[in-house]
Order: sequence, then structure tokens, then C-alpha cells
Amino acid sequence: MDNIILEMRGITKTFPGVKALDNVSFKVREGEIHALVGENGAGKSTLMKVLSGVYPAGTYDGEIYYDGEARRFSTISDSEDLGIIIIHQELALVPLLSIAENIFLGNEIASNGVIHWPQTFARTQELLKKVGLSESPATLITDIGVGKQQLVEIAKALSKKVRLLILDEPTASLNETDSDALLKLLMEFRTQGMTSIIISHKLNEIRQVADQITILRDGGTVETLDCHSEDIGEDRIIKGMVGRAMEDRYPPREPNIGETLLEVKNWNVFHQHHRDRQFLHDVNFTVRAGEVVGIAGLMGAGRTETAMSLFGKSWGHKITGEVTMRGKPVDVSTIPRAIDAGLAYVTEDRKQLGLVLINNIKENTTLSNLKAVASNGVIDDRKEAKVASDYRSKLRIRSHSIYQETVNLSGGNQQKVVLSKWLFTNPEVLILDEPTRGIDIGAKYEIYSIINQLAAEGKGILMISSEMPELLGTCDRIYVMNEGRIVAELSKAEASQESIMRAIMRSGEKH
Amino acid sequence: MVADTSTQTNKPSIGDYLKNNIREYGLLVALVVIMLFFQFVTDGVLFKPVNITNLVLQNSFIVIMALGMLLIIVAGHIDLSVGSIVAFIGAISAIMLVKWGLPAFVVIPACLIVGGIMGAAQGYWVAYQKIPSFIVTLAGMLVFRGLTYVVLGGRPIGPFPKEFQLLSTGFVPDFLYFLNPAPETIQNMVALIAVIALVGYAIYAGLRDRKINEQHGTENEPFVFFAVQMAVIAAVALFIGFQLATYRGLPNVLIAMAVLIALYTFITTRSTIGRRIYAMGGNVKATKLSGINTERLTFYTFVNMGVLAALAGMIITARLNSATPKAGVGFELDVIAACFIGGASASGGVGKIIGAVIGAFIMGVMNNGMSIMGIGIDYQQLIKGLVLLAAVFFDVYNKNKG
Repeated sequence: MDNIILEMRGITKTFPGVKALDNVSFKVREGEIHALVGENGAGKSTLMKVLSGVYPAGTYDGEIYYDGEARRFSTISDSEDLGIIIIHQELALVPLLSIAENIFLGNEIASNGVIHWPQTFARTQELLKKVGLSESPATLITDIGVGKQQLVEIAKALSKKVRLLILDEPTASLNETDSDALLKLLMEFRTQGMTSIIISHKLNEIRQVADQITILRDGGTVETLDCHSEDIGEDRIIKGMVGRAMEDRYPPREPNIGETLLEVKNWNVFHQHHRDRQFLHDVNFTVRAGEVVGIAGLMGAGRTETAMSLFGKSWGHKITGEVTMRGKPVDVSTIPRAIDAGLAYVTEDRKQLGLVLINNIKENTTLSNLKAVASNGVIDDRKEAKVASDYRSKLRIRSHSIYQETVNLSGGNQQKVVLSKWLFTNPEVLILDEPTRGIDIGAKYEIYSIINQLAAEGKGILMISSEMPELLGTCDRIYVMNEGRIVAELSKAEASQESIMRAIMRSGEKH
Repeated sequence: MVADTSTQTNKPSIGDYLKNNIREYGLLVALVVIMLFFQFVTDGVLFKPVNITNLVLQNSFIVIMALGMLLIIVAGHIDLSVGSIVAFIGAISAIMLVKWGLPAFVVIPACLIVGGIMGAAQGYWVAYQKIPSFIVTLAGMLVFRGLTYVVLGGRPIGPFPKEFQLLSTGFVPDFLYFLNPAPETIQNMVALIAVIALVGYAIYAGLRDRKINEQHGTENEPFVFFAVQMAVIAAVALFIGFQLATYRGLPNVLIAMAVLIALYTFITTRSTIGRRIYAMGGNVKATKLSGINTERLTFYTFVNMGVLAALAGMIITARLNSATPKAGVGFELDVIAACFIGGASASGGVGKIIGAVIGAFIMGVMNNGMSIMGIGIDYQQLIKGLVLLAAVFFDVYNKNKG
């Protein structure tokens, strides 16, 4: 068991403006299940992408030793040839092809380009048996559930002679039965000598299967725990994940909290696509004037869905519940009505949903409130330019002019343009969804300063973030969401990374 | 007052400017080169007054439809049905005028309304049922063509009353004849004075805009470019105006076309609705989340296309003096090609009215020039196809290089 199959040494990976991995070391023994844990953004997925060749050799610093030899992978197929197979959180299956076609996609059993179907089906049967899936190889992927799809991915990995299997959050979208089956399968593979790396947020599952646990935090390795030499409790893992000193990363603010602005009661929403599945259950919350309220939770907890369903029913269907602004019921059934009611929503995906990238700063700034710079449907160019220039200087958007296309701006400056657009609608409550995702520390500080400024002006801020330190550093009050429910409401004094994590874990265990 | 980096703006050199705007100048240069080429190879027939008049009359409907098509393409869609709408409108106008004997002033607005309804019938499926416009308008193309055969019973109808024919064959009367200094060469004083006035206004407006831009610190194109561009446009316009003046003057259609070009340029550059169409074509999700009713906007661009196609349909029918079931076959392709030659992007959000108009004229001059040269329709199609591909390749090449 002490044979080291994989060692990553001093891995450093930088993206423009952000250091995603900083001198990370990671060692995996042959035949073990090794858990990789850390908060969102700690660098787990990036590390695995470096390993599998998604980020080719040369784009990062450091060395990878596999099977005792230094390796430089420049494509995914380089690592796959050596038996390193990664299964991503978003499954890479083609929905309208069959199980057999998916398993052998790009690797077909064929001679001269003609597929040998009987052999393909026979091999698929074998593989499906290994992963304990009793489906016909001809079944379409779209007709089986997510749990079974996960198993098909594993079968696909097995077809490629896998030695090191990497699973990125394999159980995140599975129910308990499917999760259990998957974990059992991993343990069975272990007895056959296969090595697995599992990335997961579900600490109880990790305790169940892992031989070793490596904790990442802020792009660095914190520690590696051996589960056989000591009994590792969840609290121990959480402490490792979050135990960081809070520096002056957040500008100070004197809260001056006024009357209740936004109140949402009994908000129930069904899933956008799976129309009979209720996604949000009796969500209740309030936002007061001058208050910054956070929503914490893991990915898929329903935070973005809450915001988008509230903002003109942009997500979900069969939406029921009551929304009041300053105590008066308001209509938020379409986006223009939600804007009129005083809401603004800054999306988490600024490139796809926030900006018209081929348009310039000026055009993006006024898009939501063109009426204000036009009369009788004719745009007043000078007025519009003045509005855009004012926001450009107020939010310190770095660009050579307001006529620069937003596609050429950095992430932080793009986010400021989105903020300008919504500030120009003069909202009472701003919903900020991951406002600092993918932007560097300096720009983050500026965004926090803008948030503070808005709160000081008496606006209500609802901030969704996956970075807990950010919520703790900026919010007056934090709601914790899990599985479509609000599971805790913590005051600034009560809130800590441990208390948030605990609230999430406890609610997860109840189901 | 502005963020620090703004002061670092260095003035772009003339070379940079040319590189950044090569598309717009390139298009204008291409049109002039193509015109001069055909002028040369046709031994001067291209610029003969009667031919210029023909050129305008032959292309007016393509230009008019290109205005609507540009909005459709900028919005991220396509409309394949316009040729069939042209035929159907021609047919019902013939029935109303010839069979029922209704007066033109009733038939013309009625046809425009019917065109709008035809656009709406397609816009509904595209905007509200989210069916791809390619499929909806392909269906529309077949349905409207079929309807044309049904209402005409397979036989052409004509001829049309005089007042309807004026739509395409009429000229602006020469009410300024008493100012004419040289009646033996100049037949129509209105045409000459109108063109001179227009060129004068264009230069005045251009200079005024430059001054306003300067006052507000907005970038201006280098003066050399402005001057050369103005000189070329003025020379071409004055020459064409003079040639028209020596023949029968300004065709009514030219006036209608000029007014529509001005109107749609205004809509695309200055109005909120135009801005929203560009934003929607650039990113429909972001635009919808910005509180804009993207469905309604899409719907109206199709209604607008229907109305313009109806207008074009009446102009063509009046010109041919007969409504036939085969009218307008393949027009949609000329119109779409004009927009793409003019720099519109197939993925939406990009395109200019003036580009589409120049694109339409490039196609028109090539059609006309090759016909004069006696090149067969087979080679004409081949050459037009290659020009379209070359124009779009030029765009893609520039984009990748930049």
C-alpha cells in the first residue's frame, strides 16, 4: 500500500490576475481512495485539470510524477493513455446517443471505420455488469437518471483501462441510494487495486470511504490526513478547510440599518425543466434598507434559482409566494415589472447573461433604462454619453473610453459595467449573485467598497456567494440555504465558517 | 474626474484608423471600383442616363427589402419568405385593382397591412413559440407561394391602371423648370437642384458632427478620410444627379427609397428600438434579463419586414405591369446577400443600414453590368456567389487578424 502512484510537486497555476494554485503538493498511494476537499474556489478542480492535461504542460509550474516517472501531459488523451481518467461534475455524455455509443465514443470498436455492433454491445454488457448497472446497452442516456449516468461514465472509464480514477463531486446531484451504490462501487474497485481520487463536499461520505484526505485552501495545500492512523471527525476537516486568518480584505463599514425593504414569504418554485420536481421550498427572507444580507450554500443549493425566480420569473415555473417592498405587495411576474418594483439582479454569469459583449460600455450601461436617456424613442447621444462617463468615473471602470467594447475589459471592469447598468435603474434592492467570481483581489476590494457605498446610501443588498469569507467580511446577516430550503439565519455575531458549514451538514443529514 | 488611464489615450495614427475601419471604406471603394470597371467594359453604357434610371428602378425593391432584412439579421434571425410575399402582394393588388376595380389609394395601404399580417404570422412562431426563423420562414416561403398560385388561378393578371403604375414608373415633375440655365442638355431642374442641396447638406452635417464630437471629446475620423470620403460621395452623387437631370429626372421610387434609407438609418442609430434590436442580436439572454421584451421586439421586426416586402411587391408588380405567380422567385437570396456583403453578421448584433444599401447596389451594378455585357444568367449567378463568399471571407479574415 505504500507504493506512490502519483506525486504532484510545487504546482503553481495562474490565470490573468488570479493565482489559482500556489505551490501545491499532492501525493497519492497506489490502491487507495484519496479524498480532496476544500471550499469552492480552493483549487481542487484546477489541480485535477492540471493533472489530466486540460491545462497542458507549460501553462503551469511544477512537476508531476506518475508511476515514478516525470510526466508532461499536453492533452487529455496523453493522460488517458496512461490510465488517468477524470469524470467531471458536468457529465460528458451525449444525451441522444445510446449507452454503448457513449461508452465507446471516440474509441469505437471498428475496422476500417465500420463499427462492429455485436462486439460493442457485448463489451458494453460486460462493463455495465462491472459497475452494477442493469440497463440495455441500446438505452439512450436521456432516458436514464443522473445516478445511472454517473455509472455509465465510470463504465466508460473502465473501458479505457483506468488505473487512476478521478471523480469531481460524483454524488453532488445523486440521491442517497445512488450515492451509496457509487461509494460501494469505489470500495470494490479498491479491493481490485484501482486508485481513486474523489472530490467532495459531503464530509460524511468522505469519512466513510477515504484512506487519506488532502485539504486545499486558497490554492495551497493545507495538510494531508491519514484516516487509518487517527479518527478524523468532520469538525477536524472543516477546521482545516476554513481555518484562515481574516486579513484586511474587506473595507470597514458602519451599518446603518433602516426599515424593511424587500420581504419574500413562502416562495415555492418548481424546477425549470423537471416540471414536477419542487426545487425551492417555503423560502422566506427579508432585506432592510442599508443592510447587506448574504445567502450562503453549496452549489446547487438553490441560491441563484431563488434570485432568478424572484427577478421576473426568469427561472422555474409554478412560482408561488408573496413579495412585498416597504410592506406593500409588488408584482414581479415579468422582468420589467420587477425592475419597476425596485429590484435589480446582477447575474453570476456576466459574460452570458450580464453583458452584450460586442457592445460598448455606454450601450451596456443604459440598456436597462434607455427611456431615461431618450425622448419619444429617440436616444439623446450626449445625455447617454454623460451617464456612461459618470458611472465610468464613479465606479472607476478602467478603459480607454466609454466606447470600448466590453469584451475587451477585465473581469472586474466588466462587473463594474454590469453594476453601472443596474445602478442606473435606481433600484431599492440589489441582488448580487457571485459579484466577485473570477476577479482579482484588488478589484474585489473595489467591488466591496461599492457595496458598502450603496448600503450607506440606504439601498438593500442581497449577496449570494460561494466564498464564505466574503460573506462573513461584508454581510450584516447571513441566510444559509441547502437543497432548496433556508436552513439557518445567522446574525453577524453568530456567523462563522464553522457555523455555516455545520448548518449545511446538519440539514443534509436530516433527509 | 475620469479614471487615470483615460489620460493615456494616444491619438490613433491614420494607419491604425484605416485598419480599424477597413470594412466601411473597403465597401465604398469596392462599389466605386465595380462601377468604374463596368463603365469601362461596357464602353460607357453603365453611366448613360437611361441606364442609371434603370439601375435605380431595378434595384429599388432589393434595397427596400434589405432595410427590413438587415433588422432581421441584426436581431439574429433570417427571413426566407420575402420573395413569396412579393408575389402574393402582387397577386392580391392585381385582384383588387383589376378585378374589383378598387382605387390605388385604397389598395396600397391595404396591401401594406396584408404584408404586415404576413410578417406577424411568421413572427408569432419565431418570437413566442421559439421555432427557428429559418424553418418558420421556409414554411412561409412555400405557403405564400402556394397562396399566390391559388389566388391567381395560375394565370397572370394585368395591365394595371395608370395611377398605380406611377408607383414605379413615375418621375418627380419639373416644377423648377424656369430656373433651368441650359434647357438643351438639362431636362429636369428639380433633380439637379435636389442633388446639389443634398450634397451640400451632407457636407454641412458631417462638419457639424465633427465639431460636436470635438466639443465632447469623442474620437473623430482623421480629416483626410472625412474629406476624401465626402469628395467621392459628392462626386458620385453629383454625377448621377446630373445624368438623371439630362433624362427624365428623379424617379418616384428613388425618392421613396432615399426617405426609407434615411428613416431606417435613424432608427438603427438613434432610436431606443434600434438599440434594443442590436443588443438582442448581440446577447438575447442578457438583453432579456435587462428588462427588455425580446419576444415583442422580434415579433415587430418580422412585421416590419412584411410591410417592406409588401411595398417592394407593389413596386415590382407596377413595374412589370402584371402580377404573375412566379414573381419574386429568388429575391430573398439577393436581399440576404446584400446584407451580408454589407457587413452584417450571421450570428446577429452587427450590421449597418448603409452597408446593406451599398451591398444591394454592388449586387445591382453587377447584375446590370453583366447583362449589358451579355453574360448569361448562369455565369452571373456564379460570379455573384463568389463575390458574396469573398466579401464574407474578407470580414472573417479581418476579424481573426484583429
